[in-house]
Amino acid sequence: MTAVFRNFYFFVIALFLALPLIVVAGVSVNQKQTLAFPPEGFSTSWYGEIFLNPEWRNALVASVTLALLSAALAVAIALPLAWFLWRRVAPWASIFQLLGVAPFTLPPVITALGMLTFWATAGFYGQPWTAVVSHAIFFVTLPLVTLSLGFTSIDRSLVEAAATMGADERTIFRTVVLPLILPYIVSGYAFAFVLSLNEYIVAYMTVGFTMETLPIKIFNALRYGYTPTMASVTVLFVATAAVIFGLVARFGDLPKLLGAMASDGK
Amino acid sequence: MRREPPKTFGDYAPLLFPAGMLTIFFVVPFGTMIAVSFFQRQQGGFYTPAFVFDNYARFLSGFFGGVLGFSLMLAIAVAVCCVVLALPFTYLLTRMARSVQVLWLVALLSVLSLSEVIIGFAWSTLFSRTAGITNILVALGVMSEAKALTPSFAAVLTGMVYQAFPYTVLVLFPALVRLDPTLTEAARTLGASPLKAFFTVVVPALRNTITATLIMVFIFALGSYLLPQLLGRPQHWTLSVLITDQAIYQSNMPFAAAMAVFLVLVTLGLVALTVVAGRRGEAA
Repeated sequence: MTAVFRNFYFFVIALFLALPLIVVAGVSVNQKQTLAFPPEGFSTSWYGEIFLNPEWRNALVASVTLALLSAALAVAIALPLAWFLWRRVAPWASIFQLLGVAPFTLPPVITALGMLTFWATAGFYGQPWTAVVSHAIFFVTLPLVTLSLGFTSIDRSLVEAAATMGADERTIFRTVVLPLILPYIVSGYAFAFVLSLNEYIVAYMTVGFTMETLPIKIFNALRYGYTPTMASVTVLFVATAAVIFGLVARFGDLPKLLGAMASDGK
Repeated sequence: MRREPPKTFGDYAPLLFPAGMLTIFFVVPFGTMIAVSFFQRQQGGFYTPAFVFDNYARFLSGFFGGVLGFSLMLAIAVAVCCVVLALPFTYLLTRMARSVQVLWLVALLSVLSLSEVIIGFAWSTLFSRTAGITNILVALGVMSEAKALTPSFAAVLTGMVYQAFPYTVLVLFPALVRLDPTLTEAARTLGASPLKAFFTVVVPALRNTITATLIMVFIFALGSYLLPQLLGRPQHWTLSVLITDQAIYQSNMPFAAAMAVFLVLVTLGLVALTVVAGRRGEAA
């Protein structure tokens, strides 16, 4: 009885989560340029359109470039900070950890508007690199959380042993700390990358008029003319996210990573 | 290796880059925004440094106060729906095999990473007359003809619950995973049904977690920007929409900044509440 109830409950939730994706996947293979569902005919041409149509291709390139660079910058900010907090006794330094978590905790429109006023005041409004910096700051929380968790899981006696054997700080970091922390760097990067790829409001407020990322392109397409390409891009995005998180789960301890993600967010 | 206090300048070196970046690109923009919120607006989209409260006064009067009220109400509704749906779900999930958990977590993360634009597009399609779920109901003979379910408040709520549900599960997950299973086992041994054990043992034990989750989902929902525009009518627009509208389309940065500062104050007040609730939980 309870197993039946549980299975039914899980089925309803799964259906709720999957329903939009089913419809979008259906729309994406329409033969004609309509958003008909169930799809009329079958064609994969809208997937080709993402890469062949220069507007969609540019948006895809812009989004991927932005995500690659901003996730790298986010890790570059988070790694030394997390390392310092783990290595040194400096209670005041946790204020920077708080700063790293804040942009992601506040409603995104706040970070977006702060960035907009800042870039406008500094005279850089509309420059593509401002979006990279803005996203890096907005998503720095994710690598910061995974890396802080990673450092707490390092056995300090290993580092102690290396120091006793005469290794200096730099050597210890390169040969002991870095290999142990690498999976957490990768997962932090993956989280930041996927979320940056799909982020709308911060990108829109910083470079929306000069550079079209995919979410901005989709939103504009929604307003000015429907095309099944929107649906095929969506399918592509979900698939990308599923593959990346699947890989994180395959090579790391996903439940553990998520246990830390939320407890730190509090 | 024990943690040591930094002594030489070299010890501080790793902190320079992160501290610099966070200060220049988060603290300074935040400060700029607060400063601009007191500035005087000039016609034509410019503003001059000043110290006036006009922007705040305008916000607290009439229309914008109403929007704030609606935004808060919508966020509360989303938070309650999400927790009611996600709490039993997450509890049952943590009792399942680890491989099943991983599968669900990957699926939830994939949905969580969906852009708001995409969620809005998907649900507006689902709620449309031509390609929506009412067509399925017609095919099943439940309805006589297909109709549009959007724009409406229910559509906005559905979209936002969809967006926030994976987030809710992920926030609840750590607390539920660590919940001592002997608690419910004891209740079951004493003859309680699983349902009764859930409501009399699990829910009270997690009272603080539930409060904290409600507040976190509330803040998450408060940030929703595109879904009210894609699925609702103008009266369903939230403060985030108006802030963006004032900043980008009306070129009234001081007013947008004042609204944003107000939103931060509301959010910070709620974060403080979460911390207090958490402290009390530890003391108990």
